[in-house]
Amino acid sequence: MSDAGVIHDIGYQRYEGPRLGRAAVFGALYQHGLRASFGLGRSIKAKIFPWLVVGIVLLVAVINAAARAQFDVILFDYFEFDDTMSWLIIFFVAIVAPELMSRDMRAGVLPLYFSRPLRASDYVGAKVASLITAVFLLLGVPQFIMFLTAAFTLDGGISKVWEEFYGALLPGWAYSLLWAVLFASISLLVASLTGKRAFAAGGIVAFFLMTAPVVAVLTILPSETAQDLAGLASPMSLISGVQIWLRDGVDLGLDVGRFGPIYGIEAFCLVAAALLLLLARYRKVAAL
Amino acid sequence: MTIIATQSLTKTYGGGVTALGDLTVDVEAGVIGLVGANGAGKSTFIKIMLGLIAPTSGSVRVFDLDPVVQTDQVRARVGYMPENDCLPPDVSAAEFVTHLGRLSGLPKTAARERASETLRHVGLYEERYRQIGGYSTGMKQRVKLAQALVHDPDLLLLDEPTNGLDPAGRDAMLALVHRIGTEFGISVVVCSHLLGEVERICDSLIAIEAGRLLRADRISAMTAASDVLAVEVSEGTDELFDALTRLQLTVTREGRQLLVPLESESSYDEILRAVAELDLPLHRLDQRRHRVAELFTTKETADV
Repeated sequence: MSDAGVIHDIGYQRYEGPRLGRAAVFGALYQHGLRASFGLGRSIKAKIFPWLVVGIVLLVAVINAAARAQFDVILFDYFEFDDTMSWLIIFFVAIVAPELMSRDMRAGVLPLYFSRPLRASDYVGAKVASLITAVFLLLGVPQFIMFLTAAFTLDGGISKVWEEFYGALLPGWAYSLLWAVLFASISLLVASLTGKRAFAAGGIVAFFLMTAPVVAVLTILPSETAQDLAGLASPMSLISGVQIWLRDGVDLGLDVGRFGPIYGIEAFCLVAAALLLLLARYRKVAAL
Repeated sequence: MTIIATQSLTKTYGGGVTALGDLTVDVEAGVIGLVGANGAGKSTFIKIMLGLIAPTSGSVRVFDLDPVVQTDQVRARVGYMPENDCLPPDVSAAEFVTHLGRLSGLPKTAARERASETLRHVGLYEERYRQIGGYSTGMKQRVKLAQALVHDPDLLLLDEPTNGLDPAGRDAMLALVHRIGTEFGISVVVCSHLLGEVERICDSLIAIEAGRLLRADRISAMTAASDVLAVEVSEGTDELFDALTRLQLTVTREGRQLLVPLESESSYDEILRAVAELDLPLHRLDQRRHRVAELFTTKETADV
């Protein structure tokens, strides 16, 4: 009797197909991390927070775009959009970075990872890349929606659209990328220190918010140099400082004076240091 | 075929702790038991084979590859099941094993197929779509085994696979490991601190103690020479002892029993004849197969 429903045990089959190299493994881990950032492939609980943030950010972008299209009022441009969303970005990385880093540590899956053709640098690289992409998507997609709405409603034809794209959206995207790189690397470093997600999330929020009062204190010091350098003390004002430097003194309520390049250098060093520390940490973890 | 070969392998951790000292051993394909007490160096040996840590001195070759230099080639052919908990609670077994299959370099669809196939082989069917957090310890051990098997390795390194299982679960897991070693054609190194457990399923045995090799041999070689016949008579044990000694047999007394080494098939008949001639009431006559554990105990006492 051979019913269709019967599963025949054909015994163990050896795998003869292709085995991909480290690049493909890196890609798989990156994709996995990016999906996990938005709770895809996870339970409903893991989806709530990221999508709440995504919803708010999209809503703001749509309102902004509608205001511009209907009333020709620009609530904020592409740069101001990122600055306005800064709190949401902090909360987003505070939830997602522990999801990417602490969770693996907590569950103890790292020995399974590192007994495969995967090195500490691949692991760290893939995780950083997925969080950078996630944060960039969080900011870049709403910015793109703002651009699309503008493109369809702007008067002045294709040249105007090109100008909007080249002169406003691309720099805006670059700025979003800066946010993504800085916040992803720092938050992942904090998250890699503990296996407890709640601690990691608290640590990340604390790191970004506790530094803000320091900036406030420094800006009221009587020395002008101290005021100009005050923004270096907090990642958020650091990013603003880089923007002021690169956009040649746009007014953001922060004075960097002639120290603009210092802001750029610090941002670079901060990211580099965070990544190197992460790598050093996982070199040790990978050796079990 | 030799699958693992070490040459005076030594691993010293910082602070002068010697985890492995001068270990030289050749391992043949099959099911291999790696036994030793906790802290004997089993886990260190496994980590060195996986290329996770480099040996301090000496060399190790797995499939004639150097794990330190040719790490990727070695890891592609080796599956590792750690001793500790290593499963995330909030994903399903199917998803988790697929993910690890991809991390072993399998393409996406192949990883998914292999994952469900290996989960089926370890005995997880419909449950594989449920979250791992709700699994019993036995099911978790099976998932751990499945992830080691997903990329179809030629060698499995299992670190205490029966940890935390009840007796029935142990038997099932050991039977599964035995099946992998025999039917699947995959060599398995089973680490355990329970000798009695691994000797049931292994072809050969490596015993280490405090980082040093105690003994490495095939189980058959370890036990063949030690089969004895135990004879027990209700009365007249002394007379039988004398009678058997006269037959040029080396007889030892153990309580009320007489132990006679089983040198040939004729030993049976000789003993029976001796008992019949003396007209003694035979209580029992059976072949006693020495357990491997006894070999180590006698060896240890001899060392003292």
